Amino acid sequence: MRLTQGTFSFLPDLTDEQITAQVQYCIDNGWAVNVEYTDDPHPRNTYWEMWGQPMFDLAIAAGAMMEFEKCREAHGNSYIRITAFDATGGWESLRTSFIVNRPAEEPGFALERSMSSGRTLGYTTRPYSADQPSGQRYQ
Amino acid sequence: MTEEPSAEESATPEEASQPLDLTAEVNLRQELADSGIAELLDGFSTELVGLAPVKKQISETASLLLIDRVRARLGLVSERPTLHMSFTGNPGTGKTTVALKMAEILHKLEYLPTSRVISVTRDDLVGEFIGHTAPKTKEVLRRAMGGVLFIDEAYYLHRPENERDYGRESIEILLQVMEDKRSELVVILAGYGEHMGQFFASNPGFRSRIAHHIDFPDYSSEELLTITEKMLTARSYQFSEPAKEAMQDYIERRRQQPLFANARSMRNALDRAILRHANRQVNKGELVTISDLMTLGPEDILSSRVFAENPSEKNPTGDQYSLPSLPASPQ
Repeated sequence: MRLTQGTFSFLPDLTDEQITAQVQYCIDNGWAVNVEYTDDPHPRNTYWEMWGQPMFDLAIAAGAMMEFEKCREAHGNSYIRITAFDATGGWESLRTSFIVNRPAEEPGFALERSMSSGRTLGYTTRPYSADQPSGQRYQ
Repeated sequence: MTEEPSAEESATPEEASQPLDLTAEVNLRQELADSGIAELLDGFSTELVGLAPVKKQISETASLLLIDRVRARLGLVSERPTLHMSFTGNPGTGKTTVALKMAEILHKLEYLPTSRVISVTRDDLVGEFIGHTAPKTKEVLRRAMGGVLFIDEAYYLHRPENERDYGRESIEILLQVMEDKRSELVVILAGYGEHMGQFFASNPGFRSRIAHHIDFPDYSSEELLTITEKMLTARSYQFSEPAKEAMQDYIERRRQQPLFANARSMRNALDRAILRHANRQVNKGELVTISDLMTLGPEDILSSRVFAENPSEKNPTGDQYSLPSLPASPQ
């Protein structure tokens, strides 16, 4: 099951050229660019690992793309996303976030029902990949 | 991002497959006028005094980039030239100023996406403990992408007497990025002649990756006078005739003294002359005209310590500047 989240989630995967253009857009707006990765695809997992520090004060996308390539070399079979942080007063939060790399195989999510008293049903989703401990998923 | 050359850099497949029309003509003069390079270079040579070898090198570079662009348009192979440079010369000969102009020119010639110059020294590149250097150097490189990375006093990067110096790590990263990211980054190494010679001798990798070695000659006395006048004009000041003669005399004397730093010494001398001028006007305590406020008199210059009877007694001009020396390197 193809994981979708963030900006451009309805589009096919971006090519490197398209990613560069999007990063350049972020830089032109004065946002700080971050590269983040994770092997936990759960939608509520908002805190991904950061690849290095946020990149401030870039002129062109090449610098950020260099870091993204390094991250992809190291974590090619994980999810990688690029986020852009806007430090303007009032915003002080992420302005965009999009997936730029995904594992070759994505097993998807299980729907789990839990029955409790009075025949109440609770629902939850669990990524199949989470069966393995972190670091051993997607191998 | 892939390393494939973009359409501007090499012939597109359609163009390459067609036989080239060898008689097609290009009006280079028109081309030059359209690009705005001519004005840029003119401005460059009037703004900067002297520096003939530097100007020659820059106009050659500009011509190369122009021809490359025309060639690419006509479907000829045009490989992106390597433009990493080293600027060597004595203090105050305009290395930093030229680096700023260079970035502007390369940007106008569409060689670089921006005209930004990131000026760094060893401190900004080399870390303080193991594992600190690589992120620090990379961060600087990331910021410099798209413009010029100006490494001042580059020879400090390499300390031959200390085998475990982190400078080596920084140099390795620099070399790799200089090679891989030629299209996004121009690195300019700057420093004093002798030290740079030693630096290149012990780092052959740098020497071979830098195509352009530009030597900045010392200014002649006339050039220095022109420079001081330009500096004054930029600050809405001027010399009176006698003051100009005094300045000429000052330049001759100052040259003979130690720690002479070309244009930088001139700037310091002017700063002090302007200070004395201001003080003189205030002490006069009367009505002053605009002309009084603009014109430096000979007394503002002649009271410099350079004109003292025995100037060798102490640091003659109060210049804080001193030549750096490479510690304990084989001379």
